[in-house]
Amino acid sequence: MSLITKTDAVVRPAFAVRLGRIALGQYASAALIALFLIVFLVVPVLTVITAAFQAKGSGSFTLINFYDFALNDLLRRSLWNSLYVSCMAVLWATVLALPLAYITTRFEFKGALLIQTLGVIPLIMPPFAGAIAMQLLFGRNGSINLLLGDWFGINIPVMEGLSGVIFVQSVHYFPFILINLSTSLRNIDSAMEEAAQNLGAHGFRLFRRIVFPLAMPGYIAGSSLVFVKVFDDLATPLLLNVQDMLAPQAFLRITSIGISDPIGYVIAVMLIIFSVFALWLASFATRGKDYSTIQRGGGGLSKRQMTRVDALFAYGLIIFILAIVLAPHIGLLLLSLATIWSYSPLPDDYTFAHYLTIFDESPQLITNTLIYATLAGVIGVTLGTAISYLVARTKVLGAQWLDYIAMSALAVPGVVLGMGYLRTYYDVQLPWGGSLAAFWGMIAIALGVRRLPYALRACSAALQQVSVSLEEAAENIGATKTASIRRIVVPLMTGGIVAGFVTSFATAAVELSATMMLVQSTANAPLSYGLYVFIQSPAGRGPGAALGVIAVIIVGVCTYLSHAYLERRTALPARDDGH
Amino acid sequence: MKRRDFLIGSCFAPIILSFPAKAQEGRQTLSVVTSLPKELSSAYKAAFEKKNPNISVEIQQRGTQAAVTFLRETKSKSSTDIFWASAPDAFEVLKAEGLLEKFTPSETGVPAKIGEYPINDPEGYYAGFALSGAAIMWNLRYIRANRLPQVKSWDELALAPLFDHVAMAMPSRSGSTHLTLETMLQARGWKDGWTLIKSICGNMRLITERSYGVPDGVTSGQFGYGVVLDYQALASRGAGFPVEFVHPSDTTIVPSNIGVVKNGPNTAAARQFIEFMLSEDGQVLLFKPSVGRLPVRPASYKQAPAGTPNPFEIKWGATGGFKFNVELSEKRYAVVDALFDQTITFQLDALKSAVKTIHKVEAKLADRKNADAAALIAKARGAIAQMPFDEQQAASKEFTDAFHGSSNTGKGARQAELEQQWASFARDNYAKAQQLANKAEELAI
Repeated sequence: MSLITKTDAVVRPAFAVRLGRIALGQYASAALIALFLIVFLVVPVLTVITAAFQAKGSGSFTLINFYDFALNDLLRRSLWNSLYVSCMAVLWATVLALPLAYITTRFEFKGALLIQTLGVIPLIMPPFAGAIAMQLLFGRNGSINLLLGDWFGINIPVMEGLSGVIFVQSVHYFPFILINLSTSLRNIDSAMEEAAQNLGAHGFRLFRRIVFPLAMPGYIAGSSLVFVKVFDDLATPLLLNVQDMLAPQAFLRITSIGISDPIGYVIAVMLIIFSVFALWLASFATRGKDYSTIQRGGGGLSKRQMTRVDALFAYGLIIFILAIVLAPHIGLLLLSLATIWSYSPLPDDYTFAHYLTIFDESPQLITNTLIYATLAGVIGVTLGTAISYLVARTKVLGAQWLDYIAMSALAVPGVVLGMGYLRTYYDVQLPWGGSLAAFWGMIAIALGVRRLPYALRACSAALQQVSVSLEEAAENIGATKTASIRRIVVPLMTGGIVAGFVTSFATAAVELSATMMLVQSTANAPLSYGLYVFIQSPAGRGPGAALGVIAVIIVGVCTYLSHAYLERRTALPARDDGH
Repeated sequence: MKRRDFLIGSCFAPIILSFPAKAQEGRQTLSVVTSLPKELSSAYKAAFEKKNPNISVEIQQRGTQAAVTFLRETKSKSSTDIFWASAPDAFEVLKAEGLLEKFTPSETGVPAKIGEYPINDPEGYYAGFALSGAAIMWNLRYIRANRLPQVKSWDELALAPLFDHVAMAMPSRSGSTHLTLETMLQARGWKDGWTLIKSICGNMRLITERSYGVPDGVTSGQFGYGVVLDYQALASRGAGFPVEFVHPSDTTIVPSNIGVVKNGPNTAAARQFIEFMLSEDGQVLLFKPSVGRLPVRPASYKQAPAGTPNPFEIKWGATGGFKFNVELSEKRYAVVDALFDQTITFQLDALKSAVKTIHKVEAKLADRKNADAAALIAKARGAIAQMPFDEQQAASKEFTDAFHGSSNTGKGARQAELEQQWASFARDNYAKAQQLANKAEELAI
């Protein structure tokens, strides 16, 4: 798939030459991105999932494995369950995110910054620790149910079966909608709203007909991420012991010792196909509509004062939602401070010893995590901005495919990517010795590739709201293409870029499955790996939870800083800062 | 200005300057890949480094599956010296793929066998360093609160009061659970073995994917009882949790193993490490409370803390004399795993629902006899116990080929086909059992 097609070398008038050079630059960057994706995503994944098309034993090409997939009851049930859970998770995530996004962007609200920050925290539910904490609180014999049993003799099975998965997933991933939706809401031109109000629209009608439709790119970006993420997530179902969903089935089959089962790879192919299809559907939904606004001074919806009743209602709602979504982290905090916690609503006693263990034994885990997650975030937003620009603003052939390929990373199970890196790059030697696959930078790249979809969706949503006429205006008064991108487009997209950075940074900080394959020495290990190591034994529960708390704090602080920065930017008169 | 703003705003500039630490120079490095808990590996790392100051031990912790995959993918130029794990099956896979190096430890204090099970690989590719047996573990607070009994045997796990209170790991994910099941199958025979396994599984709260999920759930009180390995219970008890355990009589005790990786960078140090582990000083480390493992040197038990069972004094096997057939176990390994998953793990709801009704009717029948209902219940139990194929077929060439691939494709059934057949066989039988039990319930009023 060569993306560089021939550019005509015919002599053309000056203007056309300039256009040609622009196109050349665009094709060059498209080619670079394509190369990166091929080297770090397509090739490694293909080396692993070709097994889906091979007959077991002989290795000859066959489609029989797909036929077996279609005939298998369990897999059909799994497919259906995965679709059902993903749709319901989008629904519930919307229910959680919509009020938070609306209240914080719509009203003069003191705690807005805090809520936006707390809203991201659920994304960083560290693997294992998060689920253990959830079980300790909401499980059948968790704190809540033990208390309910004592007081009223009832037991609420929140953590059971598919509804348990839907519950955990919507709590876990609703920030995708919250972040993208609030960014979109912030970018709406208040003139639109005022115009609607002048024409007599107000209240819910105003929201339904004007505000929400204008924020659609952010909502679609967020909910398509939630859908695909839930569809492809294997950790949550496995930790809740729901095995009849597609992603867990793929994982169970790919990682079973001793036998190579092609069906596992068939499922991986199906996951990728479905995810790309869902994203295509999402891009189809916003295609052909113009969401951009020219005026950038409005700074989002006009902020209103709340009446006392409004405020009471808003605070009540927000506290309720935050209590649900932050519960796992509270559980984690308790676990990290607990001596013994077993079949009781609260731990027997409290101690700081677990934190000391961490700082004594493995301080490098923290710095490594910061480095990897930062690099992953940078890779994400750089490629994300470039790809979204190529797709939305240029006619580069195959640009849309870059988008699809990058997004398919979402559907690639981490273990497949990790195996692919080892298989493809283990034999490549670095100039200073050692294998390329063992190089710590590969962990950062793997994380960057895995988190690229988040950044990409955020960036393209942001770009959709920047009117192309602003760019044209800049070029009309003589700015080059590069300058107009650098000085006009990117600054106007900052909100989306920061949102993308935060999501990829936050989620990369707690990634485990690909990391697990690639970490080759404790000195290079990130926090999530350390957490996994600790949490495997009863004595390590406390220190493991302490690491989880540290992860949450780090990401929380970084998110807070980015939001604070964003708030300051929008608060400033945006036009004359530093030109 | 703007770009600087961005950096300051994001506040990541300082950390980009610090890069991950490089490994220490000037000392030999011994690279160990292990699935064992940190408490165990770090105890040996510290003691070995103290004894050999010029060697630094680099521990890489991975799950067993991930570790096997890692060794497989890096075999062209292995960076690992030692593979150290519990599950014997993982070692068998590595051995079969030629990833382990032959090594016979010089330590003489370790007997050849525990019960009928060889402690070291007879072919000399890996050595046992600790013993562990299957155990039933329970949470004392949980069973007190739910008024449940302490149990002593596998059969008691199938009792009606324990319904929905038991957990175990999927045998396909946990080598030790697989071994526990295989022991039941060999001790009681294929048919009776599966009948027992299914009636225990009818009481399952859940069948977990991580083998550590079981002791973890018992430790935190998510469920009452778990099918575990003794050291998991010992470690939890050692960390102060309210748990207790028992070795049921028909279980095998098996070694946890360690082996030298073929073509590793530092094979000499790897051998030294294993020798140390088997020595008197090394074996005693297993008794640390947070480790809680049983040594392979009988002499070491003199230094055992109070309450530690001595496996060399326990009579293993159903009657103390049953022989564990390692060869048979290997032959049908994948088939047993897949059969369990297809007929039990993925059909658990149907199985549990039928078993629940049966328990209910049996409780009624205990108060008031009803021959017709009792006959229906016996039939229902019979339907649950039905197996899609017999013992001979389980180890047949047709099945082995389907699971491991054979060169003559096109002939014989494929794994996916077989799995589908077994799953629908089980589903139909559980539905039948449910119908019969429902009918019995109507009769037994």
